[in-house]
Amino acid sequence: MLRRTAGWFDTRLGTSAFVQKALTKVFPDHWSFMIGEIALYSFVVLLLTGTFLTFFFDASTSHSVYRGAYEPLNGVEVSDAYRSVLELSFDVRAGLVMRQIHHWAALVFIGSIVAHLCRVFFTGAFRRPREINWIIGVLLLILAIFNGFSGYSLPDDLLSGTGLRIAHSIALSVPLVGTWMAFLLFGGEFPADEIIGRLFVVHIMIVPALIIGLLTVHLAVVWRQKHTQFREPGRTEGNVVGSRLWPSYTAKSIGLFFAVSAVLSVMGGLVQINPVWLYGPFEPQQVTSPAQPDWYLGWVEGALRLVPPFDVRLFGYEIPNPFFPAVLLPGVTFTLLLAWPFLEQRFARDKEAHHLLDRPRDHPVRTALGATTLTFYTVMFVAASNDLIAKWLGASIFGITLIFRILILLLPPLVGWGTYRLMKALAASGAGHLSEMPLAALTNRGADGHGAHVDGGKGHGAAGPPGDGHAGNRLGAPAEEARTPGG
Amino acid sequence: MRSDLRDMSRRQRTSPPGSGVALAFGFSAVSSIALTVVYGFGGQPQLEGLLLGIALGGLAVGLVRWAQDLMPGGGYVEQRDTEMGGPAQSAAAVRSFERGEQEVQRRSFLGKALAAALGALGLAALFPIRSLGSAPGTSLEVTPWAEGIRAVTIDGEPVRPEDLEIGGVLTVFPDGHLDAADAQTLLIHLPPGVYRPVASGREGWAPEDFVAFSKVCTHAGCPVGLYQPANRRLFCPCHQSIFDVLDAAAPIAGPATRPLPQLPLEIDADGFIAAGGDYSEPIGPGYWSRPRA
Repeated sequence: MLRRTAGWFDTRLGTSAFVQKALTKVFPDHWSFMIGEIALYSFVVLLLTGTFLTFFFDASTSHSVYRGAYEPLNGVEVSDAYRSVLELSFDVRAGLVMRQIHHWAALVFIGSIVAHLCRVFFTGAFRRPREINWIIGVLLLILAIFNGFSGYSLPDDLLSGTGLRIAHSIALSVPLVGTWMAFLLFGGEFPADEIIGRLFVVHIMIVPALIIGLLTVHLAVVWRQKHTQFREPGRTEGNVVGSRLWPSYTAKSIGLFFAVSAVLSVMGGLVQINPVWLYGPFEPQQVTSPAQPDWYLGWVEGALRLVPPFDVRLFGYEIPNPFFPAVLLPGVTFTLLLAWPFLEQRFARDKEAHHLLDRPRDHPVRTALGATTLTFYTVMFVAASNDLIAKWLGASIFGITLIFRILILLLPPLVGWGTYRLMKALAASGAGHLSEMPLAALTNRGADGHGAHVDGGKGHGAAGPPGDGHAGNRLGAPAEEARTPGG
Repeated sequence: MRSDLRDMSRRQRTSPPGSGVALAFGFSAVSSIALTVVYGFGGQPQLEGLLLGIALGGLAVGLVRWAQDLMPGGGYVEQRDTEMGGPAQSAAAVRSFERGEQEVQRRSFLGKALAAALGALGLAALFPIRSLGSAPGTSLEVTPWAEGIRAVTIDGEPVRPEDLEIGGVLTVFPDGHLDAADAQTLLIHLPPGVYRPVASGREGWAPEDFVAFSKVCTHAGCPVGLYQPANRRLFCPCHQSIFDVLDAAAPIAGPATRPLPQLPLEIDADGFIAAGGDYSEPIGPGYWSRPRA
């Protein structure tokens, strides 16, 4: 049967040569290469649960009365969008669990994209020839953040309505075109009725289509260029050592899909997320306190809170304060991210192709810069909760904000300097895999009887034994077990 | 040595190698059946999530264990093209393009006409963007407040001075414009004698110790929702801007740069609180062409 089907397609499309090559394709095994797959599979969960949600959501700001199982809001006049989310959560069977899985999947989706980006950055996987995939990846991150925001704005609850209010103000703050931009995006002065319906189309069609398109290219490029691998004996710039697509990699990868969706399901069932019925319907004169956005916008929120009070006035025109933290900062952030592979090529004078990964210590300057950057954004992220911190500590919001303003200047260079020293020391000591994968490093130590894993750092893989097999030939032992001290 | 260890640990396992995998798949199937039962009985979010999680998790555990314990693992080697393409190939591609380009360029007038037509179409296609929203016009500069318009609560009730005790605060709207988000105003009853108008011309704006400020934060537009009567400060819960009511709502902390605009008040002939006019400057967050006060 299989043979007949394969033959049927092959005689019409000539697919068998490709399929044969694909099934024996080799993927390097490393836990950190799975992070991108977590993002991919969260996205699949988003599509599945999101499709279910669209059948019930009503993207309208017209008003009607909620009559349903949630007593506190029974009989209250609310917008149709908000009413449909209440009904979806309380009156549609399996609706709440779907909605919560969807929200958790969005948080995990963006989180794993960021983690994946960090993995790629700290191992130098963005270097030639992978600049294209780096750029696509950054674009995917931007789209994912945007779609997260557009999604959580849809229920028309008090918290997300406040977020839209801020978004309108941020659009207004753009020089020259800001006023028109805000009016065209929202349909008019805030709160304009059109925005929910527009965000819905953007959220369920336009951005997902863009993500699917870019994701497809992203994966195709990985397929074409073949995955990078860490330096190990037997691994060179000219080969890939790992598991074959069929069956072991397929089984593991589908297993990962089920693992990701299992975790998201349990979270969606047991851990409450975005309880819009507690926030209440959006009313322009009301506001929740405290008010924090979803985590992936925490850095922008923190920047809005930390930036000192100043405006720029030029020739009678104004660049208002929110422009700097909420437009300029993200603009610079993503521009630098997109440009990074080319900046590093220029400053490190390295335009060579690299298929073997760096360990963070191999490139202390890059690692330190990455740590500095991450610290900068982490401080902003934490500062987005300055009101909560002040409340917990019983301290004044003035003092807490001042401390964060100092920390954002002090901490990033300090962490960068510390990281640089640590990486230098680590490289010099020639010791273990501490920075790379601490758990395995510990077990390695036990098994080898001594901690020294002389790996020589840079150039080792290239100098190691060349791939002694042809495509599909197995090495004497699985690569992980063939690892010997000294290579 | 390490492979020996791994083999030994494998051998020490008492049960047959596939039993864990089968058990995991079994768990998954049972959990899926339980899930349909829960759904059939009306559903319950926590149980649904948990059972779905076990159903999916069983598949995950089974597949990964199957792959790791029973399938050939890593160690396969595949060669990689270290150089993609090549100068000869790209030169040939460029030549092919240029040959075609020459054909096109022989008819340069037609090419220009095509470009003009496409450009015009592109320009025309941009115009529908204009339909997306109303023109800003002066809408950011004015609110429905005007002299004599009564301040009413969100329920449409007009307010007399005796309705709000000293230290109290009330969100009010212009009568007949309850949906005007830009007109939301904080009406504050101050203790007698503490109000000191900082700007000339505002002396008569606070009849009977009532003052009114725009509730829309001048930073990012959130409602300035928190009032501390003790020190007469307004807090914006979004980005923690703090405004001093006694200093004409000037910002004293946080990212806001401008005071909350003040609404002139009067007591009308029937004893209700009303506006003495619109705000003297645009309310809310800044924008490029915001007129200066």
